[in-house]
Amino acid sequence: MLVFFGGLLPLATVAYVMGRRKALVADARGDRLHSLPGQYGVYVATWMALPAIAIGVVAAGAALLGVQVPAAPFVLIFALVGAAVGGAMALRRVEPGLRARNAIEKFVYWTLFTASLVSILTTLGIILSIVFEALKFFNQVSVWHFITGTNWSPVAQFRPDQQTAESQFGSVPLFAGTFMISAIAMLVAIPIGVLSAVYMSEYAPYRVRTIAKPLLEILAGIPTVVYGFFAAITVSPLVVDVAALFGLNASYTNALAPGLVMGIMIIPFISSLSDDVINSIPNSLREGAYALGSTRSETIKNIVLPAAFPGIMAASLLGVSRALGETMIVVMAAGLRPNLTWNPLEDMTTVTVRIVDGLTGDQAFDSPETLAAFALGLVLFVVTLTLNLVSIIVIRKFRQSYE
Amino acid sequence: MTDRISLTPSRHLKKRYRAEKRFKACCIGALVLAMAFLVLFFTDMIRQGYSAFYETQIRAEVTYNEDTVEFAMDSVSEEVFPLVSRAFFRGVPRQVENNPDLMDTTQTQWLTAKADVDQYLKGHSESLDPEMKASLEQLQADGDVGYGFNTGLFFSGDSKIPSNAGLWSAFVGTFYLMLVVLAISFPIGVATAIYLEEFAPDNRFTQAIEININNLAAVPSILFGLLGLAIFINFFGVPRSSALAGGLTLSLMTLPVIIISTRAALKAVPQNIRQGAQAVGASRWQAVRDHVLPLALPGILTGTIIGIAQAIGETAPLLLIGMIAYIPDAPGNLTDAATVLPAQIFTWAGMPERAYVSLTAAGILVLLSLLIVLNATAVILRNRFERRW
Repeated sequence: MLVFFGGLLPLATVAYVMGRRKALVADARGDRLHSLPGQYGVYVATWMALPAIAIGVVAAGAALLGVQVPAAPFVLIFALVGAAVGGAMALRRVEPGLRARNAIEKFVYWTLFTASLVSILTTLGIILSIVFEALKFFNQVSVWHFITGTNWSPVAQFRPDQQTAESQFGSVPLFAGTFMISAIAMLVAIPIGVLSAVYMSEYAPYRVRTIAKPLLEILAGIPTVVYGFFAAITVSPLVVDVAALFGLNASYTNALAPGLVMGIMIIPFISSLSDDVINSIPNSLREGAYALGSTRSETIKNIVLPAAFPGIMAASLLGVSRALGETMIVVMAAGLRPNLTWNPLEDMTTVTVRIVDGLTGDQAFDSPETLAAFALGLVLFVVTLTLNLVSIIVIRKFRQSYE
Repeated sequence: MTDRISLTPSRHLKKRYRAEKRFKACCIGALVLAMAFLVLFFTDMIRQGYSAFYETQIRAEVTYNEDTVEFAMDSVSEEVFPLVSRAFFRGVPRQVENNPDLMDTTQTQWLTAKADVDQYLKGHSESLDPEMKASLEQLQADGDVGYGFNTGLFFSGDSKIPSNAGLWSAFVGTFYLMLVVLAISFPIGVATAIYLEEFAPDNRFTQAIEININNLAAVPSILFGLLGLAIFINFFGVPRSSALAGGLTLSLMTLPVIIISTRAALKAVPQNIRQGAQAVGASRWQAVRDHVLPLALPGILTGTIIGIAQAIGETAPLLLIGMIAYIPDAPGNLTDAATVLPAQIFTWAGMPERAYVSLTAAGILVLLSLLIVLNATAVILRNRFERRW
């Protein structure tokens, strides 16, 4: 690899110099060049590098797929020959009328286009990697049982052929735990997030705004593993103590603590998005309301918030999506026991906890528990994708309507 | 209709003003509450973590000779031995090897105390073995117990001995990981943003790419871990737990952040810069390369730093690709098993000994300082170089 690129660089330089010189010679003869001399150089160098890189990539790809590939030195020689042929042909084409600049432009365009495909490939990669393993899982466990079953008790299987008791993969308790914790988080995050956004965009003097906004953003920048530690070490015991004051019995891995901390984490997402949305409401609406005698809060409650509602809704949906997929906080502070309950003081487990648990153990990779992690991942992906898409489209529409 | 307009505030109006005040108080209250969380959080972390930055040390005579190299426990007196960290005794042969002059001498040294002793003196635990307590009190009376800066926290790797555990291997792992993330996500991210902002035709496909990028920015990070596991490790055969596997996975997560901020930076460059360049004969790419990009660079760098800072704190996908292994030594290259700061914090958080709680909090403080430095750099960069048109 290093040899490959290390060898390509001086070759490309040589090609550049040769292409440029040929163009300069033509220029000295008095011919009118279409492009700058350097562009002819770049043209030749590109045509030299492209075949070499293509051969290298194809060889590497073939090797990964297990196709028989000639040994590395041969690949190198092939690449060199490709480079030489490509370079020579390009050099022959260099003449005053050649539109080197246009060729470069085209090359740049396609390079940038290829780069933009990486993001599509990432999404495809996520879908493929999850779907294939999830399908394997659903071959063993029925979809219906997975979606409606209320008993999740996988039995660890350390070797693929090991005989064990029947595993149960009813995922309802996991979803219940996930929704319970997310709901607690949103109960914290939405009121605090929206109200502080209202304060910052409608009431706060400029100075307060410039200080408060970055401070809130700090909350979003704190790594989730840190929140997880905070939830487990500080908030959970606090919840247990407070519950004891009321004579209630709380588990140390209760659902309330991770929910609260997750809510704190999501506040800045909601507040900064809502802030943007509220700011994009045109002032003429507010002035109209003031002119009719509304107080500030009446204007906000009756005019600004209803107008901003789609945007705030979208922000909240993004928050929900984040809460559902949040992993570290629940891994560190929520329980492992699948538990179907309405009581947030009991321990509950979530989808993400089970994904981590299924994939960090010592089970064989093809064991149902490992595959179940991918099935849960698939559900998580579908749900968050829906939430994200809805909110992205709503925000886009919203922006357009006030532009 | 009546023409009576009362100039004294009616009861109704008073009520409305009270409602106004209440609402404003609610809004302020929400913001104050959020700030209170922030303060509570930081004070709690500092309270938990500050004590791990210093360590208890014990002054003792250390004898170096043939016997003590063989049986290091004999190098100090019997009273001191149970109080000193086992890590010191493991290091005795290496000390002599590195410095042969030590052989057959007796040195007075400050030795790192055992975690039990350390925790007892810091008041984190009440109980200590009575014999140890007695010799500790004797030593304290003689002034042989002191506190020193815990250099091990920064310069030694992970360890099962709490008094010897440090962040060094996590630092190195984080550094490698960031190299990979930067090398992959910066060029691809900037190229994508340039394509979308400057070249792409406005058609369905472009819109699909845009929506896709916005969605990727909000996909739960753990799903990137599933991708890393299934594709990079199982399909492409990248070594598990390596900085390369982690870096590749995190690059894909950082990509949308860099794309979105680069696009914003490019969008902020006014249209007439491009038109001016093209008017004097620059091609589209030349205009972008020579005029738009340099002007957008501060914004691009700011976005990149913020993306990197996010990647540094990310843990969930790394759990899935096995970066929570016990890594006592710093990785030597990209394919060695590595750990990173947040993963180290996670590992320590799961340790049963009390000493690891302070270590975890100290690790968190170090991580947070690193992130604050990075983000402050980004803010300074933005304020200093950002141009407004």
